[in-house]
Amino acid sequence: MSAKKVKISVKVNGVQRTTEVEPRLLLVHYLRDVLDLTGTHVGCDTTQCGACTVMLNDEAVKSCTVLAVQADGGEVTTVEGLGSMEQLHPIQEGFWEKHGLQCGFCTPGVMMATMGLLQENPEPTEKEIREGLKGVICRCTGYQYIVSAIQDAAQRMAEAKREEKVGTLHTGGGK
Amino acid sequence: MASMIGTRIKRKEDPKLITGNGNFTDDIKLPGMLYAAFLRSTHAHARIKRIDVSQAVKHPGVVAIYTGGDLVGRMKSVPTSWYVPGCNLKAKDRSPLAVDKVLYVGEGVAMVVAEDRYAAYDALDAIEVEYEELKAVTGQEAALKDGAPLVHEDVENNLAFLWKAGEVPDEAFANAEVVVRERYYEQRVVPNPMETRAAVAQYNSGSGDMTMWCTSQNPHIHRMVYAEVLDIPESKLRIIAPDVGGGFGAKIGVYADEAVVAYAARHLKRPVKWMEDRKEHFMATNHARDEVIEVELAGKRDGTMTALRVRNIANMGAYLSTMGAGVPTICFGLMVTGAYAIPQAAVEVYGVYTNTTPTDAYRGAGKPESAYQIERAVDAFAREIGMDPVEIRRKNFIPKEKFPYDTAMAVTYDSGDYMLTLDKALEMANYEDLRREQEELRKQGRYLGIGLSTYVELCGLGPSKVAGAIGLQFGQWENATVRVHPSGKVIVLTGASPHGQGEDTTFAQVVADKLGVPLEDIEVLHGDTQMIPMGWGTYGSRTTPVGGAAVAIAAERVTEKAKKIAAHELEVSIEDLEFSDGVFQVKGVPGHQRTFQEIARSANMAWNLPEGMEPALEAQSFFDPSNFVYPFGAHICVVEVDSNTGQIELKRYIAVDDVGRVINPMIAEGQVHGGLAQGIGQALWEGAVYGENGQLVSGTFMDYTMPKADFFPVLETVFTETPSPVNPLGAKGVGETGTTASPPAVVNAVLDALRPFGITHLDMPLTPEKVWKAMQKGRKEA
Repeated sequence: MSAKKVKISVKVNGVQRTTEVEPRLLLVHYLRDVLDLTGTHVGCDTTQCGACTVMLNDEAVKSCTVLAVQADGGEVTTVEGLGSMEQLHPIQEGFWEKHGLQCGFCTPGVMMATMGLLQENPEPTEKEIREGLKGVICRCTGYQYIVSAIQDAAQRMAEAKREEKVGTLHTGGGK
Repeated sequence: MASMIGTRIKRKEDPKLITGNGNFTDDIKLPGMLYAAFLRSTHAHARIKRIDVSQAVKHPGVVAIYTGGDLVGRMKSVPTSWYVPGCNLKAKDRSPLAVDKVLYVGEGVAMVVAEDRYAAYDALDAIEVEYEELKAVTGQEAALKDGAPLVHEDVENNLAFLWKAGEVPDEAFANAEVVVRERYYEQRVVPNPMETRAAVAQYNSGSGDMTMWCTSQNPHIHRMVYAEVLDIPESKLRIIAPDVGGGFGAKIGVYADEAVVAYAARHLKRPVKWMEDRKEHFMATNHARDEVIEVELAGKRDGTMTALRVRNIANMGAYLSTMGAGVPTICFGLMVTGAYAIPQAAVEVYGVYTNTTPTDAYRGAGKPESAYQIERAVDAFAREIGMDPVEIRRKNFIPKEKFPYDTAMAVTYDSGDYMLTLDKALEMANYEDLRREQEELRKQGRYLGIGLSTYVELCGLGPSKVAGAIGLQFGQWENATVRVHPSGKVIVLTGASPHGQGEDTTFAQVVADKLGVPLEDIEVLHGDTQMIPMGWGTYGSRTTPVGGAAVAIAAERVTEKAKKIAAHELEVSIEDLEFSDGVFQVKGVPGHQRTFQEIARSANMAWNLPEGMEPALEAQSFFDPSNFVYPFGAHICVVEVDSNTGQIELKRYIAVDDVGRVINPMIAEGQVHGGLAQGIGQALWEGAVYGENGQLVSGTFMDYTMPKADFFPVLETVFTETPSPVNPLGAKGVGETGTTASPPAVVNAVLDALRPFGITHLDMPLTPEKVWKAMQKGRKEA
């Protein structure tokens, strides 16, 4: 049964959004169905696949395991806020350059998981990348070029940092 | 401009996908859209005594609930689409929703339509179904026995079909110097594309037009069958496969669920969306493999193989799904001799109904099973006569000068050079050194294993007349249109419906190569039946060898017409023109030329065309190949087995594949990597398991091990190129090579490692527990 709705206010991709939601609404459905940010996908029901990964308060989380109300007062970045065609994020550039995707369904989640990974460890080894990808499942790529993409992205981010090109993450708008 | 063919080019389809601008079926939102959810059977076999929806309909937000009974006479059942001839095939149509009986866990029983997702799922819980449980049977061998529960009451011994091909006299085995007899179980696996199935349907009651967006590998096939099921003229049924998140065979099938969603949209006059959740996917989307394969291989002490007899007892599940019957018969049976010149072969296949989810095509479809049995048997044969696995393969390969080669199973391999791939793989692996290292390590109590597999696949499904002869209810040609706009920008329409394989880019490369226009001026469009007249979709690695060939031919036709216009404008004969880098140039007269873009404008303006020529610059091709294509290769796997835990470490994986001409090496490599992950996944980790009462025990990602990044070493993949003579691109299929070649390579490697324990056989998946138990039982050499 639907319960009484509650008001939540979340800064999503830099924009403050205030909405009334059911307390049981999952963050992923809040993003997809309420805010129309359909870049974040649902791949499983059991928090195994990571297709729904987003950044919540600077941490990579699986948005199918977080209630929208838990994000109240927080900040969320989705793939739509990662970068745009006008200015791709280094992670997006890495995935494009190194063929880190095929069907592209898991890709937004994998890229957000990469963001979490590279925030913790900006210069991961190949082994560390593979371990860092434990929370995501990709059925297409065999992971090899995802690993290459992340290596490429790490390099680009390191360079950008040196050149101080990358500002804060939360700059993009919604769709 | 250098040739675009063979060039690593970044994918055109990526920008939208990496920026969150993809458009997958569940992303589609229409005004007034409702949401559907299915109630699925919790029993493997039961009579439905009563369904009570009276409480469920009262739930807030519920708009309608449909049961099987509600649809009787309003929708037709969903047929199988592969009536393999000559095998007394007993197909059973499936009701859109179960009516009197359920035949497997996950079969649709009712569908709720509600104002939103959460309301639909709330109401599911309130539907009461009273079942009378019946005895279920899930294993195919048990199902064949007298007295086994019958899945369909009028199908004796649950035998859906018995298919036989080829003949080998008993003497061939009785008189043979060596005969090895092996029995393998190809476990049941779940395709698991990351995007589950989904559908959105919208009906216009004024015009009678129905638009269905759905996760499809072959929208025209879905149109053809759903038009019949829903009684909508094909001209009014538009199927759109938007971005599709992987298929691997699971999205070839024509399922009832999507049709019920469309029925509801028409009935309620409101758009309806359904997205399968992962638990549903495990239960309700077609599974694959599940075959008990018995092999007898006869030969001589010198290693020559002389005869092969194979029996496959295939678990078809509760119904024959769309391609179901063709997989263990045509796709498996015709390929049993693999890369070898075995002069005599015979196959029999028992297709068996059980109370399980239907099985259908899955990456490789029949060929992985076929490669597995022959490659395991060849290793067993080599072991029996004390020959190195490499040498026995060298001895029996079809030699390259024998192509085109007619096999004992009466198929004609188009082209090949099997020794080339094997030599290359051995060189990459440093085979001799590996064998020495293996011996050294054994002395230290460490167990290294080296496994080999060589394979041939049947891909590029066509020709149509063969499809007809083998009972497939589809054509197997492909359609392409190359349309040039007045600006010189080009649209390519293809009837193949790629979903992640990168053909937006490879097809653009083909067209750029032919027309000499920049890659960024070419758009490749697919997946919409109203935009593309006909086509047969993407599966069986047919997209480039058949669909790409159609694109190449259409582009060639455009070039020919453009050349005629250029010659006319330049007032020279066609022979006086040369065309390169997008410029028609009069030979020997610099500057006397027309660009392709100028001709595109001329063609569309039509102010000055050659006498009798129609305006516009567009061409279409309906390419029906003369034969299948037969990619091949050699793979080597190196593992180390931990004797304390049974854990298998993949140390190296080497894949040398020959897929004919490679259009974009980067994309082709990606296909190999993905295929390998799925094949190695089957060898080591994946497996769908049914409990005794027919419950699907492995029903989520928590209890079905999907391969993850840290399971793999760096995969070493290269190509050799032996062009196919059956299409103008010389291309063969690449998508399934890894899945086909890797299970035997991995299992052979593990068994090679376990030789000191006297272990000669284990069935997939080779889980640590299984390997550890076998080692405990096995004897350890002193």
